Amino acid sequence: MENKNIIVVKNLWKIYHTGDIEMNALRDVSLEVQQGDFVAIMGASGSGKSTFMNILGCLDYPTRGEYLIDGENALKLDKNKLAELRNLKIGFIFQSFNILARTSALENVELPLLYNNRFKSKERKEKAIKALQSVGLGERINSMPNQLSGGQQQRVAIARSLINEPVVIMADEPTGNLDTRTSYEIMDIFQALNDKGITIVMVTHESDIAQCARRNVLFRDGQIIENKIVQERKIAKEELKKLPVFQSEKEVK
Amino acid sequence: MRILNQIKVAARSLNKNKLRTFLTMLGIIIGVGSVIAMLAIGEGSRQNIQASVASLGTNSIMIYPGSMNQGGVRMGAGSYSTLTVKDAEAIAARCDLVTLVTPAVSRSVQVIDGAQNWRTFIVGSNIEYLAIRNLAISSGSAYTLADDRAAAKVCIIGQTVSDNIFGPGKDPIGQSLRINSIPFRVIGLLEKKGQNTFGQDQDDIIIAPFSTVQKRLMTSSKFVSSIYASGSSEKVIDKAKDEIGTILREQHKLTLHDDDDFTVRSQADIANIFGSISKIMTILLASIAGISLLVGGIGIMNIMLVSVTERTREIGIRMAIGAKGRDVLIQFMIEAVFISFLGGLIGVGLGMITAGAVATFGGWPVVITSSSILLSFAFSAAVGIFFGWYPARKAAGLNPIDALRYE
Repeated sequence: MENKNIIVVKNLWKIYHTGDIEMNALRDVSLEVQQGDFVAIMGASGSGKSTFMNILGCLDYPTRGEYLIDGENALKLDKNKLAELRNLKIGFIFQSFNILARTSALENVELPLLYNNRFKSKERKEKAIKALQSVGLGERINSMPNQLSGGQQQRVAIARSLINEPVVIMADEPTGNLDTRTSYEIMDIFQALNDKGITIVMVTHESDIAQCARRNVLFRDGQIIENKIVQERKIAKEELKKLPVFQSEKEVK
Repeated sequence: MRILNQIKVAARSLNKNKLRTFLTMLGIIIGVGSVIAMLAIGEGSRQNIQASVASLGTNSIMIYPGSMNQGGVRMGAGSYSTLTVKDAEAIAARCDLVTLVTPAVSRSVQVIDGAQNWRTFIVGSNIEYLAIRNLAISSGSAYTLADDRAAAKVCIIGQTVSDNIFGPGKDPIGQSLRINSIPFRVIGLLEKKGQNTFGQDQDDIIIAPFSTVQKRLMTSSKFVSSIYASGSSEKVIDKAKDEIGTILREQHKLTLHDDDDFTVRSQADIANIFGSISKIMTILLASIAGISLLVGGIGIMNIMLVSVTERTREIGIRMAIGAKGRDVLIQFMIEAVFISFLGGLIGVGLGMITAGAVATFGGWPVVITSSSILLSFAFSAAVGIFFGWYPARKAAGLNPIDALRYE
């Protein structure tokens, strides 16, 4: 593994004010993620893991602290530069998929390319098809979200996050809305991507899913209390074989 | 991001949500359409009134006998015979500002031809009457001075009289009819003029030489019913009225303490009355149009606010994958411009069709002015664009995560 740090977080605080109550969602969090790593962030509800993830994804600002992504100081950037950063360096995957309704898989995946000026119309389409093929949706490029199962919608979201070849993929409970089998299928995709060298940071509260990552970081009350290399890492492909068939969600590929 | 991409994103968004796009447009269509149709109807009736006033002859001056006091009771205009043929001659001779003058006698008469009879109105006057009252002969000819001297029993009749006595479509020229039992020959037919502003049929009239009517149909031979004159131009009408007044006061030997025993009126006076009526109408229409525009504008505002606000989450998704606030704004702006302009255009078309339908089926005159189109279009477009832009700007200013969490 290379030693380049993709993510460097130092002394991060996030304080919410609700009425008179001051809530410390994050207290002095520091973390480094190296290129090629696959980090699962775990913790109970309200432990601050999602807040942390949103800040990593440049969707939200910390109250104070330092955050460098791929060598750039994200907190010093203005909103437009930050949008560019989200567009080019980060692929964000949500628990609730967040793909545009009434918009075909292809057009959803193409969308991030429309917000930069790097590719022509034809190239955009080719890239989008390739991305969809890489997540196993090559046959469904023209399907609308309501024609796709949850797992397929999440794969559209993954394809979308991959389209700009980001330095890191951030996933906030990507399997939270999916059944076990589909969850492992998504993990299989993640592991394949990670094997190709893509850095992944993922929030999950399922320890089985976290076992698929290389490293686990445990949050409690807004602080990191554990940061360890995963022993006996699970390989999603093999887990899938172990699952009984009747659990499978019948997907038309 | 190139503008081409922006347009593509906006076009896709409009296309994916056809129903929403249509409903948003509908507010603008109805707003613009109703304002245009209403203003067209209003403007049409206004111009119609003006035209019919003008058709009476804008230069004409009418002189009526004054009112009479009978034991302290004033009997109203025309109740007192004061005007004579000599007055008319004096006006013609001494007033330079009038070009045509004619005395006129008039009364109601019963017209009979065979089994048909019809009650109408006869005017005895010199042939100048036609020019002063803006009348024209469509077939046949006018009578001459010789006819007048001889008190010849010839007449010119209006279309309504002709239809009722000789039947519709029949040529009345050369036919004879009896007016109060006296046989007359029809030598001319007046051009059809239709109803005037008061709903009076201007074609229900017979015109004959002055002396013919005075000698054969009137009881008194001294006085005339009225005198008609025509000013040399519209500008001198008021001056001509004053001069006529002076001449008539001298003619009637009135002292400084006497009131006028006659009334001088110009068509311009009548036009002025209608001018103020149409002014009231314009104010009324403008306020109705203003209210419709306001109501339409509020409708457009609501639908834009709602449709953009409910898309806050979509804005969040777009920003999460790298759209800048500017990108989102431009997208919504393009959508709002498209909706406003297309809606506005359809509204203009709808307004024109509605106005046309009112004209065709309602028989109501309509006039579509470019200012009404411009006004309603510009206002609706401005409201649509502003309220498409404003909530989008608010959403684009949020942190992506706040926009995403928006319910």
